[in-house]
Amino acid sequence: MSDWRYRFAEHRGTLLAALVFVAMFGVYVGNHSAGFSANVVQTAANKGVLLALLAIAQTFVVLTSGIDLSVGAMFILANCLASWIVVGSPAMTALGVAGVLLTGLVCGGVNGAVVIFGRLQPIVATIASGAIYFGIALALRPNPGGDVNSDLADALTGQLWGGIPASLVVLLAVVLAIWLPFRRSALGRAVYAVGSSEVAAYMSGVETRRAKFAAYTLSGLFAAMGGLMLAFFTYSGEASSANAATYTLNSIAAVVLGGVSLFGGTGSAVGAIFGALIFRTINDLLFVFDLDPLWQPLFLGMVLLISVCIGSVRLLRVRNRLDLFG
Amino acid sequence: MSQDQAKPAPFRLPPVLRNIDGAVATAFACIVALLLIGSLYSSNFLSADYLLQQLQVGSFLAMAATGMMIVVLLGQIDLSVPWVMTVGAMMSTAAAGWGPAGVWAAIPIGILCGMIFGLVNGIGVAYLRVPSMIFTLGTNAVAQGLMIVRTGGAAPQDMATGPMRALATGRIVGGIPNAVWIWVLIGAATVFLLKRTTFGRSVYAIGNSERAAYLSGSRTRRVVVLAFVMSGALSAFGGVLLAGYSTKAYQGMGDPYLLPAIAAVVLGGTSILGGRGTYLGTVAGVILITLLQSILSIMQIDESIRQIVYGLTIILMLLLYGRSAALRT
Amino acid sequence: MDGAAPLFGMEGISKRYGGVSALEKASLTLHAGRIHALLGENGAGKSTLIKIMSGVVQPDEGSLTFDGRDIRFPSPTAANQAGIVCVFQELSLVPDLSVADNIFIADPPRRFGLIDRTAQRRMAEEWLARAGAEDVHPLAPIKDLPLSRRQMVEIAKALARKPRILILDEATSALTAADVGKILAVLKRLRDEGLALLYISHRMQEIEELADDCTVFRNGRNVATYPAGSKSDREVVELMIGREYSHVFPPKPPPVPAATPPILEARGLTWTNRLHDISLTIRPGEIVGLGGLDGQGQRELLLALFGVLRGLSGDIRVDGKSVTIGSPSEAKAARIGMALIPEDRKTEGLMLPMSVRDNLSFAALDGLSKGGFIDRAAEERAVGEMLRLLAIKTAGIDVPVGTLSGGNQQKVVIAKWLMLAPRIILLNDPTRGIDVGTKQEIYQLLRKLADQGVAILFYSTDYDELIGCCERVLVLYDGHVGRELAGDALTEHELVSSALNMTAKPGTSAPAQAFGA
Repeated sequence: MSDWRYRFAEHRGTLLAALVFVAMFGVYVGNHSAGFSANVVQTAANKGVLLALLAIAQTFVVLTSGIDLSVGAMFILANCLASWIVVGSPAMTALGVAGVLLTGLVCGGVNGAVVIFGRLQPIVATIASGAIYFGIALALRPNPGGDVNSDLADALTGQLWGGIPASLVVLLAVVLAIWLPFRRSALGRAVYAVGSSEVAAYMSGVETRRAKFAAYTLSGLFAAMGGLMLAFFTYSGEASSANAATYTLNSIAAVVLGGVSLFGGTGSAVGAIFGALIFRTINDLLFVFDLDPLWQPLFLGMVLLISVCIGSVRLLRVRNRLDLFG
Repeated sequence: MSQDQAKPAPFRLPPVLRNIDGAVATAFACIVALLLIGSLYSSNFLSADYLLQQLQVGSFLAMAATGMMIVVLLGQIDLSVPWVMTVGAMMSTAAAGWGPAGVWAAIPIGILCGMIFGLVNGIGVAYLRVPSMIFTLGTNAVAQGLMIVRTGGAAPQDMATGPMRALATGRIVGGIPNAVWIWVLIGAATVFLLKRTTFGRSVYAIGNSERAAYLSGSRTRRVVVLAFVMSGALSAFGGVLLAGYSTKAYQGMGDPYLLPAIAAVVLGGTSILGGRGTYLGTVAGVILITLLQSILSIMQIDESIRQIVYGLTIILMLLLYGRSAALRT
Repeated sequence: MDGAAPLFGMEGISKRYGGVSALEKASLTLHAGRIHALLGENGAGKSTLIKIMSGVVQPDEGSLTFDGRDIRFPSPTAANQAGIVCVFQELSLVPDLSVADNIFIADPPRRFGLIDRTAQRRMAEEWLARAGAEDVHPLAPIKDLPLSRRQMVEIAKALARKPRILILDEATSALTAADVGKILAVLKRLRDEGLALLYISHRMQEIEELADDCTVFRNGRNVATYPAGSKSDREVVELMIGREYSHVFPPKPPPVPAATPPILEARGLTWTNRLHDISLTIRPGEIVGLGGLDGQGQRELLLALFGVLRGLSGDIRVDGKSVTIGSPSEAKAARIGMALIPEDRKTEGLMLPMSVRDNLSFAALDGLSKGGFIDRAAEERAVGEMLRLLAIKTAGIDVPVGTLSGGNQQKVVIAKWLMLAPRIILLNDPTRGIDVGTKQEIYQLLRKLADQGVAILFYSTDYDELIGCCERVLVLYDGHVGRELAGDALTEHELVSSALNMTAKPGTSAPAQAFGA
């Protein structure tokens, strides 16, 4: 019996986020004029999947107790690149997709190299690299435009049998194909170890540099996936700095809402996905309850603020004040 | 505990000490280099007019960077700068319209609003122990939400007051923009605060080891709250000046200041982990960033190249002197 | 020692850091199936020797042999592969991962390229059992385990690497008495199975029970190697400190009369499950000691008095008046006048990158400022006076305090508090990791302060210190005050037996417990 207790405790944050999301979504769908219809779910899914992919990207880096402020820029860069090369015949399109994903890997890899070998703090390194990636995106698309292979785009953003949104299936597929095996692998565990205590991990012979590099590279990969999906939704590429900044900051919020600790070492990408979905649903809830759209940003901000304070309840249980300090 | 009296590699301090001066020296050297490169393009770059104008524009960023520096010295960060700046701008211009006292109350009201947000930040970080990165993100969103409600999402029509415009654009003394004098004054006050007051000493102590500072009887929570209040006040004041410069407040006016403020602080040799840094370095960082952005813009270099150069410069400079210690014994 | 070929040997090993010699042509020989104890004061070179053995550090000169062949360990991995495993004192466990994950963190059992959790868990249980820690659940996260359990997991982790040589560097310091017994049994069994063990500890009783051979290091050299038990404790101590072991403590004055009104009283202090109904009284001029094994509540008691703990029940009185102390800043305030020299000077007592001056003046800063503005001249005077008073050796007041030696760093911590002229001084193992010379200076200082009327509460893991400095000692056991020893009853034997919660057996003598901790 105690086995289940430990496994439960390990995933507490994720389970909580999932619960909250389900409750919120239930309220949303319950109050939506169209009810629990396929279209409602599809619109929600499409919007949520973008942030979810970025939240997964951010999770990898946050788990190592770092932060990636360039996810939004990599996202936009992938989007702009996709609007150039994910076109044409199926073979060309496939190559284009591979090219975009590869770019994400390279950008993430550069982030990792700067942080690991340059020994720069992640927060400043990724601010700078984000500027570089955005500059490249801007060079690719000074003005919004371009195109993507519409067959592929429709397929991935439409509905499958039974009204299940294709974008959700895509999300599920990458989680199953990448996140779950990663988490169960020695490399994945090393990422957690590095975030929990880099010194202890190093002393125990864990390959800390490899783990960090993997985290940053995967972050780039998932940001690129998000950029691809954005291209599929909008059929174009746009180098909007506002979007880049918003998605970056939202990814941090999503990650925190999903139970991933900013100090590293605990949390899961699955939780981050739910955090992203919660974040999206809050907005939709406001819409459904006919709240004056003017009040929505404020409401969103207050909900974010309050939800990050919820964790502070544990402070009441602290008996030795020295435990308050890291 | 088994321990040797003879220590392995010195506690990495001589290099770090060198770093602080090294950072400032490097930053100023880069400033000179930038000016020289710019002068190759046009001799205007070395003119007093241009330099003063840069300092004037830089003073707005300097307000945000000063507040940011104090918070970063603690080992924290303030991501609410963008919208607290905007709050300062919008509330001060709004107050201008509140009757006859409005003209004089505008600036203090703007600053006061910033202080309130700073207070909330401080309480969240010091008492609720929420990581400052996420908490200030939240207050930024709340500040944005409040301003959108207030203005209905449209550009506010309130005008900046005379004093505000005078501060931001006037030149009363010796042909030097008032904004620059303000920067000098606030800078001097900050240096004094950090070097000569118990508060300043506590800030460095907490940034180095909050645990040790607490056990030495320092009231660490109060210091943290005060630091965030200062950051909020300075951000708001920066917004007030910006509003004076542009004669109006506008949505999103603070957004371009967040990342440059962080960059300026770090380029000036302040460690993002807290505990070390000098204000002179922040001054250098602000000037460096302002110059960089200005030169790139005057050379009519495409925005995309500008971004890339901006990012590369930061990384290269940090590789010179901002590196952390290696993990080996 | 038998004539069997040695398993591992170090010969002529030297290592210098800057201008200081950590090891000078040191040597050591280990045999399979024997437990070799390594003794020496702090600074004698034991730590450096182990780092060289485990590949963390390279020697400047000298050779290592393993199984008769010359060998080098360019990295910790190389040493591990040769079969040398070290149980660290600074634990190498990752807090957020489970016990099983930690034991197999570097090389887990795999299936299809992923970690085989079932196999890992089963193997973890086996190794935990072999380390005597069957009660630890393999899925429990390390951060939820108490320190003693973590140490056992650390030992299990070392055993799982299947070492041929196991090094334990004061690995029992965090363990409860019961756990120590289990570990000693485990180590003896491993020895019988052919493992070579290098055991560093300052607990003579454990060494007596465990060791087959002993080596004493002093000033980076191997000064003696002998079969265990062939030298008396006095001889061993003299080898360690290099001179005749004479009294290093200042003479004690007659005890403070009981009628003197106490400065500090505590009644019924209780806190979570670590402190149970503790009461004590300290009069001005008294040096009262806290004894007992590590982790019996001594640290918590000092923190409780200093205002760091929440949820403390009981009564604390200063000068006869009941007070509530909510934080260290309240404790140091003039009306109470308390000071705490904390356990770990590097993380709790000093801000290492800051200057000597900044550290020294930090606690007393309010008194050196007017309206928040620091009076630099007053600060410099006060700092200069403290440097002189405590004979602190430093290159200047603006150098980072992290460059000072351990002893001088501790003096800075003490000086920082003395600037406030406290009336009550709490000390948490102040001489741990300090050289003998500085220790003596600290003893003299404490005696001088007591003579001036300061009340001192002094926790130490060194029984000689407790006997030499204190007039009374409260021996804590499991959060209670087990016994109070004073006068003739204050002997090592009584301290040891009270620490182990045994009733005194008259006529038997137990070895002195700790030297040069």
